[in-house]
Amino acid sequence: MRSVIFIVLGACALLALPHGLSFSQQEILVFLTINILLVSSYRLLTLTGEWSLAHVVIMGVGAYASALYSKELGVWVPVSILLGGATAALMAVLLSFPLFRMKGFYFLIGSFAAGEIIRLLWKRFRDPFGGPKGIKGIEPMPDFSIGIYDFDFFEPVSYYYLSGVVVAVCLWLLWRIERSPVGLTFHAVHWQDKLAEASGVNLRAYRTLAFAIASGFAGIGGGLMAHYVGTINPNSFDVDLMVYVLTWAIVGGTGTFYGPILGCVVLTVLNEIVLRELGFEQMRPLIYGLIMILSILFLPKGLESIVQHLATRRSEKGVKDRRAAE
Amino acid sequence: MLELLAQTGLNAVYAASYISLIAVGLVLIFGVMGVINFAHGELYMAGAYTVVLMYTDFQVPFFLAVAMGLIFVGCLGLAMERALFRPLRDNPLGGLVASIGFLMILQAVAAMGFGVRMEHIAPVTQAVIEFSDRVRLPVARLYVIIAAVVLLTALWLFLKKTRFGWALRAAAQDPEAAALQGISIKQTARIAMFIGAGLAGIAGALTAPLVSVNPHMGHSVIITAFIVIIVGGVGSLEGAVVASVAYAIIHTFVTTFYDGVIADIVGLSLMLLVLIVKPTGLFGSADRA
Repeated sequence: MRSVIFIVLGACALLALPHGLSFSQQEILVFLTINILLVSSYRLLTLTGEWSLAHVVIMGVGAYASALYSKELGVWVPVSILLGGATAALMAVLLSFPLFRMKGFYFLIGSFAAGEIIRLLWKRFRDPFGGPKGIKGIEPMPDFSIGIYDFDFFEPVSYYYLSGVVVAVCLWLLWRIERSPVGLTFHAVHWQDKLAEASGVNLRAYRTLAFAIASGFAGIGGGLMAHYVGTINPNSFDVDLMVYVLTWAIVGGTGTFYGPILGCVVLTVLNEIVLRELGFEQMRPLIYGLIMILSILFLPKGLESIVQHLATRRSEKGVKDRRAAE
Repeated sequence: MLELLAQTGLNAVYAASYISLIAVGLVLIFGVMGVINFAHGELYMAGAYTVVLMYTDFQVPFFLAVAMGLIFVGCLGLAMERALFRPLRDNPLGGLVASIGFLMILQAVAAMGFGVRMEHIAPVTQAVIEFSDRVRLPVARLYVIIAAVVLLTALWLFLKKTRFGWALRAAAQDPEAAALQGISIKQTARIAMFIGAGLAGIAGALTAPLVSVNPHMGHSVIITAFIVIIVGGVGSLEGAVVASVAYAIIHTFVTTFYDGVIADIVGLSLMLLVLIVKPTGLFGSADRA
């Protein structure tokens, strides 16, 4: 019962959130919502112990695919976003053949090379990818009305609600996958690969599955982004954004489901809102870099370890209180 | 046609020189510290900006400015060792993130100090060695080639002939056993970081008049260096040099006969191919993954 109340209150807070913000902050909120999906899907891949540097490019595969389906083939935008996700998952399956011959550090570098090759192909081939200038004039999401609220998708608030719902559904699916036997097998593939293999688990197949699922959700995120921004080019998906995803995940901590989300929200709010408001426009990367270094030095287990610490303290206190009452 | 081949060959030798300076430094740091230094491209950038500051603004003689670049960037390496890599010794992923943080700081400092515009540096020398009408080697490029040959030979002699060099290689091979033999791991780490960073710094300092100096110039350099150290075998200095030469030849020739983007794709594909066929690289051994 209490958790239902919490969910309702949380949902109300999220619905009300954009109305207290300026226009540019509302736009940041839309990107933050999409980035949460990006970093959460990234965590699913890290469950199997592999750290990829191609995740943002895979998101770009979804964005390019969705943009091209809607523009060239006239597919209805919501369907083309889903198809973009499917295309990204398919691309991951294709990439898995060369990439999963490697592990650990080599996989990290190999995935980087693969991602960079895809990005350079977009840059090189004007038809159909538009070359360095990318694709312009991507179909926007069609407006619609649900009676009490008219969705006008040029407004960031409307797009925030839409992407919020899509991302919430995706997060719920990711959560269900992680808790399912398949998700537990992902854990086993990472921590006890020899035992898992001896018990008949096909390691390669499960790694590929995790890679494909994570990529599919990243592709949906890419589609959401493409139809909001309206233009995409190879530089929208460069290694800089990948570095941000990596730091969100590591600074937040990947031990829990909420860790990367926490990292993404805290660092984005700090970088885009707090530092901007304080007037450190030019110094933002400097302070951001400093925060990254300090958090890795002093919080090696991520921001999630603070939350866990507080939670255990509270539950310990609860036990003590109950004992005192008895 | 023959002249075009000769000219492209000369360009390749020049490219191989500065790429190998950077890649060897990266390999040295990885071998001894066990961490991939993502900020290596920014150390190269710092070397270039030292020359901008000293040579262009303070009118210091060029070669003195280059030497200052070497020392300044070497000291940056020492600072990284002390502040980042030593505390994060058992956390390779942490070292990676910390070096990315350091990269952002260096870029921001360069952008705040000098602006994001491209810096113009007066050419050091206009002299050109003409082999024939269409085969020419600017002397400024010759400096880079000479520096690479001299420094890499000196490094090789240092590693193979001196006690410090033996200690360094021992620490790279097996830190614990080396420590048991009385080799100071901290000392070797400092030497490796100074040399590794300094090589990147001098590469940046020497090429500063030849390339466009801007806060993001390290970006393409680090990608090239990654390709080279993977193809050569992570941890192998000889491999890094051989792979630099091979990469420079392939990249320069493909750029000349097709275009730059195709050349980048070919380089990356080559690296992917090496990773698939022989993940430890052409000269690598299986340890230290």
